[in-house]
Amino acid sequence: MKAPSSWPVRLVRGFARFWWDFLVGDTPELFVAVLLIVGVVSLVSLVGHDNTLAAVLLPTLSVVALGASVLRAWRGSSRR
Amino acid sequence: MVMAAVSSNVVVLVGAVFLASAVEMVEALTIVVAVGHTQGWRSAFEGTAVALLTLGALVAIVGPALVHFPLDVLRLIVGAVLLIFGMQWLRKAILRSSGLKAKHDEDAIYQETVESLDAGTSSTPRDRVAFVLAFKGVFLEGLEVVIIVITLGTSARHLGLAALAALAALIVVGVIGVIVARQLSKVPENAMKMMVGVLLVSYGTFFGGEGLKIRWPGSDTMLVVFVAIYALVTWLFVARLRALSARQQVVAR
Repeated sequence: MKAPSSWPVRLVRGFARFWWDFLVGDTPELFVAVLLIVGVVSLVSLVGHDNTLAAVLLPTLSVVALGASVLRAWRGSSRR
Repeated sequence: MVMAAVSSNVVVLVGAVFLASAVEMVEALTIVVAVGHTQGWRSAFEGTAVALLTLGALVAIVGPALVHFPLDVLRLIVGAVLLIFGMQWLRKAILRSSGLKAKHDEDAIYQETVESLDAGTSSTPRDRVAFVLAFKGVFLEGLEVVIIVITLGTSARHLGLAALAALAALIVVGVIGVIVARQLSKVPENAMKMMVGVLLVSYGTFFGGEGLKIRWPGSDTMLVVFVAIYALVTWLFVARLRALSARQQVVAR
């Protein structure tokens, strides 16, 4: 049987679990999508210096990510 | 023009913080009401008060410290967090509006809290269980409010205003809670959640873009444009999902 963890360990675990649930939770696809969006838009804006394309890409990719996640949920529920 | 941009920014900020705080507080209040009705109000109020004091201390300590963080980096991190969090809320609200998810959590939360109190072990004093349940409910739901207040408040350089909007939500929800007691499932939670999702995603896009050195056309006014765009997209998603679900039901018959 494992010894019970000390309170600092439990505090750190609880803190990590909170952020995991907060950012990833049951929608890991949204977490990954936002990281990808930030990566792509930073390349366009900071490296390519194309302000207009970056300004269009950021909201457009966000809408696409949301739509894909909603569609994934719909497919999951319609399969049941 | 500048005044209009500043005031629209402030209105969106106050609206986002107020609604997000209200939604989270309705959930916290459901737990407190369940504890109060089952175990008595003293422990419920004590747990709530200690949780609120802890959350207030967090805002007071972390908020001003973040102001000294480089603004571009802060806005990029805040933008990404708000985009993720806002899209999670919007997704859930869209699924609920189109009938793919149950509309209210409050009845289930109430029942779950009452059941966990009924299952309290004899070795633990019942008042302590009630205190811990009320504290955890308010603290965990409140922590999300604190993150929204701190991230939006510091990025918009209006931390005090964001904290005041959250406090106003606390008072409003508290008063409603006293009036409606166990009828919290009647609060239009999904509509509020959808609005908050739209506001958080709008802020996430705006701040994330600023963190990536994007110069938005029309500056702060673009925030209002984002709210309109995301609200329209949300409406379209709900309409499309309803149509898909209806078609599927016809095929299944």
